[in-house]
Amino acid sequence: MGNLISIALKALGNNKMRCFLTMLGIIIGVSSVIVMLAIGQGSKESIKEQVSEMGSNMIMIHPGNMKRGGVAQDASSMQSLKLKDYENLKEECEYISAISPVVNSSGQLIYGANNHPCSVNGCNEDYLEIRKYKINSGEMFTQEDIRTAAKVCVVGKTVVDKLFTDGEDPLGRTIRFGSIPLTIVGVLESKGYNSMGQDQDDCVIAPYTTIQKRVLAITHLQSIFASAISEELTDKATEEMTKILRRNHRIETDDTDLDDFEIRSQEELATMMSSMSDIMTILLSCVAGISLIVGGIGIMNIMYVSVTERTKEIGLRMSVGARGKDILLQFLVESIIISVAGGILGIVFGIAVSSFLAIFSTWRISISVFSIIISFLVCSIVGIFFGWYPAKKASRLNPIEAIRYE
Amino acid sequence: MGKIIEIRDLKRFFLVGGETVQALKGINFSIEQGEFVTIMGKSGSGKSTLLNILGCLDVQSEGDYFLDGVDVRCMSKDERAVLRNKKIGFVFQSYNLLAKTTSIENVELPLMYNSSYNKIQRRQMAIKALEMVGLQNRLYHKSNQMSGGQQQRVAIARALVNNPVIILADEATGNLDTKTSFEILALFQELHSKGSTIVFVTHNPEIADYSTRNIVLQDGIVIEDSYNKNRKII
Repeated sequence: MGNLISIALKALGNNKMRCFLTMLGIIIGVSSVIVMLAIGQGSKESIKEQVSEMGSNMIMIHPGNMKRGGVAQDASSMQSLKLKDYENLKEECEYISAISPVVNSSGQLIYGANNHPCSVNGCNEDYLEIRKYKINSGEMFTQEDIRTAAKVCVVGKTVVDKLFTDGEDPLGRTIRFGSIPLTIVGVLESKGYNSMGQDQDDCVIAPYTTIQKRVLAITHLQSIFASAISEELTDKATEEMTKILRRNHRIETDDTDLDDFEIRSQEELATMMSSMSDIMTILLSCVAGISLIVGGIGIMNIMYVSVTERTKEIGLRMSVGARGKDILLQFLVESIIISVAGGILGIVFGIAVSSFLAIFSTWRISISVFSIIISFLVCSIVGIFFGWYPAKKASRLNPIEAIRYE
Repeated sequence: MGKIIEIRDLKRFFLVGGETVQALKGINFSIEQGEFVTIMGKSGSGKSTLLNILGCLDVQSEGDYFLDGVDVRCMSKDERAVLRNKKIGFVFQSYNLLAKTTSIENVELPLMYNSSYNKIQRRQMAIKALEMVGLQNRLYHKSNQMSGGQQQRVAIARALVNNPVIILADEATGNLDTKTSFEILALFQELHSKGSTIVFVTHNPEIADYSTRNIVLQDGIVIEDSYNKNRKII
């Protein structure tokens, strides 16, 4: 084997330029696979991060999927989620740590001469935990406020900046939301923009009863947000909640198409959102993979030329005692050396390009060990696969004809 | 003296375009150890076919061929490759050295296919073979840096390196000028005097004068097989 490698290296060394050009195909193929996977993996990770910023192991229940007389209804107009659902879920679910009903209304916030468009979320005190909000100053509204539908609210930093332009302390001030006066009892700690560019501080939260009764005049809920105890328990919690809601809504089949609600976990959301980037990654990697195959065909082509060119040498080797398999291995080793060396260079080049992109572009790049191993394996296979046929041809040459070949 | 080559009623047919061509039509002879035999004949006489069979590159259609007591006919392709590696040294008309390769590496080539020698042994054997052909000062010259005569000497060293029972030379002086041809012939005579068995295939009648025995082929049969009583020594 040592002999074979030195024979192969020597043969390749006699044609350095040709050898390098052949390798170039593999180098480009492998490095583009690595770069594409790094970009894909990076965007997937950044999406995951975006979603996890939204809340902690969040599970969202929305009304959905209802048909009346065969007509599918718009989810926002549906009133299938009731307060009772929330109460039952809160009592019976074992796998959730926090749960809050959510009702939402958009409108203009007014304070003195300033106004700011904003949507007000009606919820309970668990909402802070679910959405990973913290109180900066003041305090959260209380159970009592919820019971009495008190006209209080907690505001985000952006809202403070827009309404209290002269730097007044917002605590205890009363702002107007439409025609309803709301007294500010707390200010949220700033969370900044999320990675989707949404300002997470541009929000107002108030007791859900206040929004239900005083603003919207409704009795149903628009959605229910909950937090699973841990990420692993999200699926169990979802199952549990589905069961309870089906019971409450008297849905007897297990057919999800008939549910009048929709439960999504944060994880699902992340998967949904990254599915687009997954498709892009697969497509781009396929293109890169094709260039790897083209590189492989390049190897095959060169090995063919090499076999023809060295027919006489093959004849000589056979006449001094090389067996068919010695010749086969020699040519196979040559093509494997080309592809593996090209692969290694390609990996180095790919990592370099990815790191370059990571530094000089806004893209998130993540090079996975997996992609490196895969491309290395693919390279070796390409070398064997495309080297095999020319090598086989060489090993089958008739020594008598080969040695007299001109 | 043992018989190195023994052939009995050797025949070789080829199928060319549906017709059977008889290249060898029944040849008998044996070669003892230490003989220097020239095989002569015009082109088409079957001497190349015979040489291919003697060199275990080809197999006869009928008849028997024993090389150093081994029946070659029932051997597989790979077994014949091993046999060539251990028992036969080839010298070709066009030297057939590997390009851009030093003489010592060229000479080592047959040993590369024999796993019983390690790197150091190979090197030593190659140096010894190159010394035998008088190229001890050209060990690391590449094949394209040497004259035709030197290249043929490297080829002869390559044929000697595995201590073969027989050296088969195919028009080994055909590409060389007269003076160099004589030098190469002298080298063969020297090797012969040291005990090598040599079969030299040629169409040049002059060369026959330097061998100990001359076999002449015509149309696939032996028409003359004579020992050379007054052979010329260079």
